[in-house]
Amino acid sequence: MAAWETVIGLEIHAQLATKSKIFSAASTAFGSEPNTQACAVDLGFPGVLPVLNAEVVNMAIKFGVAIDAKITPVSVFARKNYFYPDLPKGYQISQFELPIVGQGDLSISLEDGQSKIVGVTRAHLEEDAGKSLHEEFTDQTGIDLNRAGTPLLEIVSEPDMRSAKEAVAYARKIHTLVQYLEICDGNMQEGSFRCDANVSVRPMGEEKLGTRAEIKNINSFRFLERAINFEVERQIDLIEDGGKVAQETRLYDSDKDETRSMRSKEEANDYRYFPDPDLLPVAVTDDDIERIRASLPELPEQKRQRYISDLGLSDYNAELLTGSRDIADYFEQALAKAPTLSSQIANWILGNLTGALNKADLDIKDSPISAVMLIELIDRIADNTISGKIAKQVFDAMWQGEGSADAIIEAQGLKQITDSGAIEAIIDEVIAANPDQVEQFRAGKEKVLGFFVGQIMKQSKGKANPGKVNQLLRDKLK
Amino acid sequence: MTLKTEDVRNIAHLARLQIDDDSLDQYTSALSDILTLVEQMNEVDTSGIRPMAHPLDATQRLREDAVTEPNLRDKFQAIAPDVEKGLYRVPKVIE
Amino acid sequence: MNKTISQIQQGLAKKEFSSVEITQDYLTAIKQHNPAINCYISVTEDLALQQAKAADQRIASGNAQALTGVPLAHKDVFCTDGVKTSCGSKMLDNFVAPYDATIIENFKAEDSVMLGKTNMDEFAMGSSNENSYYGIVANPWDNERVPGGSSGGSAAAVAAGLAPAATGTDTGGSIRQPAALCGVTGIKPTYGRVSRYGMIAFGSSLDQGGPFARTAEDCAILLQTMAGFDQRDSTSIVQPVPDYSTSLGNNIKGLKIGLPKEYFAEGLDAGVASVIESAIDEYRKLGAEIIEISLPNTKFSIPVYYVVALAECSSNLSRFDGVRFGHRCDSPVDLEDLYKRSRAEGFGEEVKRRIMLGTYALSAGYYDAYYLKAQQIRRLIKQDFEQAFKKVDVIAGPTTPEVAFKLGDKTDDPVSMYLQDIYTISLNLAGLPGMSIPAGFSQGLPVGLQLIGNYFDEARLLNTAHQFQLSSDWHIQTPEMK
Repeated sequence: MAAWETVIGLEIHAQLATKSKIFSAASTAFGSEPNTQACAVDLGFPGVLPVLNAEVVNMAIKFGVAIDAKITPVSVFARKNYFYPDLPKGYQISQFELPIVGQGDLSISLEDGQSKIVGVTRAHLEEDAGKSLHEEFTDQTGIDLNRAGTPLLEIVSEPDMRSAKEAVAYARKIHTLVQYLEICDGNMQEGSFRCDANVSVRPMGEEKLGTRAEIKNINSFRFLERAINFEVERQIDLIEDGGKVAQETRLYDSDKDETRSMRSKEEANDYRYFPDPDLLPVAVTDDDIERIRASLPELPEQKRQRYISDLGLSDYNAELLTGSRDIADYFEQALAKAPTLSSQIANWILGNLTGALNKADLDIKDSPISAVMLIELIDRIADNTISGKIAKQVFDAMWQGEGSADAIIEAQGLKQITDSGAIEAIIDEVIAANPDQVEQFRAGKEKVLGFFVGQIMKQSKGKANPGKVNQLLRDKLK
Repeated sequence: MTLKTEDVRNIAHLARLQIDDDSLDQYTSALSDILTLVEQMNEVDTSGIRPMAHPLDATQRLREDAVTEPNLRDKFQAIAPDVEKGLYRVPKVIE
Repeated sequence: MNKTISQIQQGLAKKEFSSVEITQDYLTAIKQHNPAINCYISVTEDLALQQAKAADQRIASGNAQALTGVPLAHKDVFCTDGVKTSCGSKMLDNFVAPYDATIIENFKAEDSVMLGKTNMDEFAMGSSNENSYYGIVANPWDNERVPGGSSGGSAAAVAAGLAPAATGTDTGGSIRQPAALCGVTGIKPTYGRVSRYGMIAFGSSLDQGGPFARTAEDCAILLQTMAGFDQRDSTSIVQPVPDYSTSLGNNIKGLKIGLPKEYFAEGLDAGVASVIESAIDEYRKLGAEIIEISLPNTKFSIPVYYVVALAECSSNLSRFDGVRFGHRCDSPVDLEDLYKRSRAEGFGEEVKRRIMLGTYALSAGYYDAYYLKAQQIRRLIKQDFEQAFKKVDVIAGPTTPEVAFKLGDKTDDPVSMYLQDIYTISLNLAGLPGMSIPAGFSQGLPVGLQLIGNYFDEARLLNTAHQFQLSSDWHIQTPEMK
């Protein structure tokens, strides 16, 4: 059996986080009553005209600058003509020949620790369509045009990815980037960030690309991976059975975990693109680009480098902390309060906090333990008020909403015992109660020391300072 | 340039216009006549000429990102052919 | 009933008549003569009288503006809030616009009175006004003849004295040609001078609104209100609007007028030619210098125009799909049926022809040969004018190759109809302003002189036209209304 190579390119639609639509002054807010945010321009009424939103252009340039892409000095909006009920004008205003963002690239980290460069062919601006609601009526489809005219940045990659995992890594990287740039809220459930995957296979070593299928309607990273894997297998099976892959649009059905052909889009489309005469060419000057470059926040890659070189974090932790802007913001908020405790903070965020958030299916923005609360806890470990073990207990109490670290430590009497006298008293008790083990230790069995520490910690309800216990215990056992 | 009736049928479909077979020939000949007129353009050497989409050499003006459109759904839908629960309705679309 | 706007302004100011009185006079004339001329699709009698009454109160309180109480008619291509806006089409027979076009807002802000909406070729596509769902419009000079198009209703209304002035739109000559055939004055401004917001689009890169009136002086008054930057139209140009009235009296001695030799070549009717030559002689007498020029690509303006305008219209008219407004067919069986039948029933023949041709010109495999090629020649046409305006201030020639033709004469031959626009179309492609003014008669029918100006040079055009009208009386001749 031949070995197959998978080739994947992604088209990502990122909804730009503007207040108003790309060509009208109607609101882009999600979830309103149907058609209450569709003005005459969005509805494609006769005589009304589009006027371009300045923020949309700024956001596209931000993205372009962040991936080191060429910004097109004069880009052009074109009409893509086709009939569909959720497309009110009978054409979508998009960019075709001259997109605002040209060739750029992005580095992704692979599981084996290697990194890979994925080319971004272009990113262009366009308007979103409305929504067709098929379940609302029996024989009719309902059309809600609130979303019509919402600005989209369509980010088109080169067919550079060779596995579903690479595709997911790339999609995540873009997802993180647009949120860092604050140009997209990244909300995949609400459709603010959508992926279409162009998937093909070819025999290993073959240069020519195989026929690709475009998979639409993928609204999570998990589904992206599954949809691609399903499609790759389908194509390989098809070819190995002597069949041919059809160039077509396929829909991913997450319930059935399969892709299927979209018959409605099968008809060969002739979009009749031409420059939109209602809009003039969009000029971007070098000054605009420099102004926007200067305003960019620290990007994930720069942050990651800084965490490693300045803060001494591990590559792995730095990657995870910068994986989302919200996590990095949380980390930096805590770090501001205790600049010397970077690795402890990192460990707590990536360990207990992430664990608890995942379990509760919460976003870090909605964490019941704020960065300021967490740093108080970490401080108490650092100043020996509590041990690491007790700290976990305090953390759980904080998660339950029982108050700040100090309040919980106080209320539950969890303060560490550091007083030598008090610790010695416990040690004496334990030694007296276990004469056999004392004998064994004295006979050279070092391991027994652990038994004693355990007993002492148990006796002190975990509050005895472990360092002190170790030191005093050795003296006593001599 | 002479179009075939099949071409006209395809164009009518792209343009979503119902054309009955009776008038297909008529459209075919009228459109062919116009195309013949249009093909006078071939007499002009246009090599190296930049296409002109707009009469004036202006660039796009940008609008401030602000929401100023009120909800006028009732007014807009008062003239709609088929509306229910605030939705425009069309025959069921199968995807 | 043949008052000019400036006469009405004076009459209102001097309280010789009230706005209600003059409005009522026009409404009465409309009732009497519109059945024969058919220049109105809608007469907004109640609204007109209500606006006139309010205007009279403003005048009484001493707060009158330039157009307070002045009755006007508007081409049914302009959206009017709460008033049916049909664009001459069955498609929009039930369309009560939910907003005003910018120019309608402008006229409202000046308290003018709207008499009604004028007839037009469906979606402004036509040169004879025979393509209206609401019936043909008769030329007031000869009811057997066409008034021109597409703004035939507006031109005929002014000629027949059923409105002192009216608005129109011009995509390939739709103001100038009917103005010429009906013997009235009309101006198509520079592209971008008048907002297109709320004006139902035909060819977006060509469409421009402008006024019809009896005189250039009136056109100046109306254009003053219509012109100006509009933030709702991306193609509207930020450029101050000069006071068009103050420069009307300027002497035109030494004005360089260019005569394009291509406009006097084969195809021009001899009667029309001689009227135009006399008009040019009049300009000589006024001290203008007449210079022969060449616009070598004129002949290609028609094919180029039909590709550009039709490509744009094929896309512009896609929004008429029977979903959100406008005509919808009965009991569609599926989505495709809904689209195809609604559009086939809602659009007339000429509109369908044009949509199909435009669709074809943009379709895969033909784009370069048609659309792109046309856009290249379009630049050459613009360059012809740029060269010419290095030598002359204004270009003059006939507006149309012949006088008003008989109804039905060209309806079976779209191509011969299209050739009527040979002198007007290239201005739209280049975006230049142009006027048509009455210059005399041939076969008892009006002949229009076309004046073409440089970009944003409307003031000079109006001045040039006004000076002619000071020394001629063609523009005050009116047809006999039976």
